[in-house]
Amino acid sequence: MDNFEPQIVAFCCEYCGYAAADLAGSMRLSYPANVKIVKIPCTGRVDIVFMMKAFENGADGVYLVGCLEGNCHFLTGNLKARKRMEYVKKLLDECGIGGERVAMYNMSSAQGQRFAEVAREMTEKIKALGPNPAKQRTAVSG
Amino acid sequence: MIVANRKPFEEIMEMLKSYTKILLLGCKECVTVCSVGGTKEVEVLASEIRLARAKEGLPVEIKEYTLERQCDPEYAAEIKSFVNDYDVVMSMACGCGVQTVAEMYHNKYVVPGVNTTFFGSSEEQGVWKEMCQGCGNCVLDKTLGLCPVARCAKSLFNGPCGGSQPGGACEINKDIPCVWQLIVQKMKDMNMLDKYMEIQPMKNWSTSRDGGPRKRVREDLKI
Repeated sequence: MDNFEPQIVAFCCEYCGYAAADLAGSMRLSYPANVKIVKIPCTGRVDIVFMMKAFENGADGVYLVGCLEGNCHFLTGNLKARKRMEYVKKLLDECGIGGERVAMYNMSSAQGQRFAEVAREMTEKIKALGPNPAKQRTAVSG
Repeated sequence: MIVANRKPFEEIMEMLKSYTKILLLGCKECVTVCSVGGTKEVEVLASEIRLARAKEGLPVEIKEYTLERQCDPEYAAEIKSFVNDYDVVMSMACGCGVQTVAEMYHNKYVVPGVNTTFFGSSEEQGVWKEMCQGCGNCVLDKTLGLCPVARCAKSLFNGPCGGSQPGGACEINKDIPCVWQLIVQKMKDMNMLDKYMEIQPMKNWSTSRDGGPRKRVREDLKI
């Protein structure tokens, strides 16, 4: 589908992920508008249900952006988040949506470039996977 | 607590296949503690079912509701006002809960969402292990709090057997400790080895499930 524009939700932690996003903005780096950023205090705040509900509400992809492992502001929040993300991968495979649609990235608040790179990478990946199979099929795409 | 495992998703979808309106019923007791059937797990399973149905283009309406317990009729009665709005009730509680609900709502199809497994306790966060078999005649005083019925593969009463491994494992599985090694070690640590020298007679299994389905009655509590 050439005109498929995925809707991607990125849960970004306040200390690193969101700061990196903010830096990307300050540096005037371009990244796809498909990525909708949700700021959370720590990726450890992300519950399994947040990720599932995003897909239920039409997201084509979801990813978490947290601090580098060992550098989480809340010490181990990002480690817990990764485990929950892995569990959601399993659930999505079970219900037929596909675990490849969820991912987690770690970066520091100085990595504005990396934030933009990840946004591009995820958008490309989800574009290739196609729309969320649970989305209502309508005549208008995207 | 009673520990259970969620049924495989394909099995759950197969059970729910002909139904559009589903009541997904959780329980705040044992299945919450072992993270398989509480409010959170009901929410997650409901989400999975909606996604799977949406993918097939099939309609579904799921009500998520969690009872304090499903094994007491007073709590099961809470759903009386809306249970008939749904075609099927999937209970995430243990077998006791599923049956109490099924008994109360005689004409309702009540199906299990979990496989009830054992009585156990938490070993660490996220890990639960079998501790008790409900044998009906507790000998934990004789074994210093370590159960030979539930935790010995052969339920020996005068163990260990010849299969007890050096290093402490049971011969059936290297990840299962030989409970008799643990018992003897504890007796040594507490200087109570004289208990080990008391030979236990053959167990009378009639107090266990082996003697048929059991009941307990307290006449003083009956209304």
